[in-house]
Amino acid sequence: MATHHSRPQFQRHFRRDDAHIPFTIDGTAYSGRRGDTVLVAIMSVTGQLRRSEFTSEPRAGFCLIGACQDCFVTLACGTRVRACTTPLEAHMAFTTRESGNE
Amino acid sequence: MNETASVVVVGAGPAGICAAKALVAAGLRPVVIDEGLRAGGQIYRRPLVDDGRSATDLYGSEAAKATRLHREFDALLPSIDYRPQTLVWNIADNQLHLTANGVHQRIGFQNLILTTGATDRVLPFPGWTLPGVYTLGAAQTALKAQGCTIGKRVVFLGSGPLLYLVAWQYVKAGGDVAAVLDTAPFAAKLNLLSAIRFDPRLVLTGMSYAARLVRRGVKLHYNVRPTGVDGSQHVEGLNFKSGAKTHSIACDAVAYGFALRAETQLADLAGCPFRFDDRDRTWLPATDDAGRTSCKGIYLAGDGSGIAGADAAEISGELAALAVIQDSGMAADPRRMSVLAGARRRKAKLRDILEKAFPFPQNWFDQIPGATTLCRCEEITVSSVIDTVHGNDLRELNRLKALSRAGMGRCQGRMCSAAMAEILASTQKLKLPEIGRLRAQAPIKPLPLSLHEAGS
Repeated sequence: MATHHSRPQFQRHFRRDDAHIPFTIDGTAYSGRRGDTVLVAIMSVTGQLRRSEFTSEPRAGFCLIGACQDCFVTLACGTRVRACTTPLEAHMAFTTRESGNE
Repeated sequence: MNETASVVVVGAGPAGICAAKALVAAGLRPVVIDEGLRAGGQIYRRPLVDDGRSATDLYGSEAAKATRLHREFDALLPSIDYRPQTLVWNIADNQLHLTANGVHQRIGFQNLILTTGATDRVLPFPGWTLPGVYTLGAAQTALKAQGCTIGKRVVFLGSGPLLYLVAWQYVKAGGDVAAVLDTAPFAAKLNLLSAIRFDPRLVLTGMSYAARLVRRGVKLHYNVRPTGVDGSQHVEGLNFKSGAKTHSIACDAVAYGFALRAETQLADLAGCPFRFDDRDRTWLPATDDAGRTSCKGIYLAGDGSGIAGADAAEISGELAALAVIQDSGMAADPRRMSVLAGARRRKAKLRDILEKAFPFPQNWFDQIPGATTLCRCEEITVSSVIDTVHGNDLRELNRLKALSRAGMGRCQGRMCSAAMAEILASTQKLKLPEIGRLRAQAPIKPLPLSLHEAGS
């Protein structure tokens, strides 16, 4: 279950024309905007961040202020980052293919 | 290797900013530790980059306050030791354990002012883990800090002043608000009339949001209980009861919450005694009027010491700083302290009335199916928690956590402890104060595995 929905959940109302910041999810190229958090960048192009550990249900963050810890995403290098409090950087490569989540 | 500071302030929202300002005015140079990137806290959070919006666009009726606090804090920077993006994850032996950029460090302190703020108080309902369901605070943060709405068509649900405020902010930003669903009866709002004399501007502004929403054609429902979310991969609709009537509404996002809950983990780790607060239905660190705890050198201010709002946080932040100054044998203006203490008591009275106008939804679990997820980290269901209570005749919250695993995940119970407490108390027909409180555990938030000790 590595597919991530292509339907964007978040809607941008500002910074639409700001500089594009390229990133990838499972190798597919997307772009965020300058000033995005990782969560906003991903949720503006897809419908989920990850799948839950035990039931593989889709998750997309919840509190957005670093409290619920529900928005962890994994970089291709294996590092996990909390998407809601991490600024997007160019060429971040995210993977949804965590072991045990296949 | 470890440094010791005379005063450390944890948090840089309205309470932390006002505490730092009063300390600097007394000639002290506090260390100010902020988990955020820039000072302001959650309420006066600043976007990562300028996106062309004015302070009024970002903070509405609170723009002047936000601008003033940001300006005051920026002016303090040469006089304080500011550490943004830094997490305090433990307190032991008068030392704070911090991490910033994956580097671990300890700072000793003689005096500590904790202004740890609050998070949304949430309760589970069927579908609350689905993409598109967020807290009210999350919906506001997405818009304020990032200029995004959490969906194309959003339902706002719950209880608390944020419900109408955030719904209105979405309308103003051009979002489509499908409905505002208040879990309280309409009659509860009549309590607001008696709050006007305490803070006419705040109360009348708050009341005007409902009127403005209605004028824009947004449907308001009262006495609501959600019965389920449509959709398997993301939100496609919300089903709810309003009184005896059932409704179904198409939407792709739900923002909900039931006022706020204080973040008290650091006060707990510091050893502060707690008292049960009937109004907030939870345990809070015990303090005097000025924010002193019974632990020497430890002071509390802002919503982390009990939910009172941003204006009260400014008052209690300054008060805690003046208490530090006074207790250190320096001159603190006693008249200023008594004026602030009086103002703080009036804010507490206002908060008592707001709680009646935006009450906690009693008997929430009467209509929640057992298969509903209660703990979103460990994915433990409501019925599994109830079965654990029955099977072991549990009467204490930490035992319930240990045996059910609810509250044991990454969020450390922030998102489920209110629900666990309500379920345990109602299942065993006990009062909330009788079942204890979840103990805080260090680290209070997950840490990266590869931490380096500073200087090693």
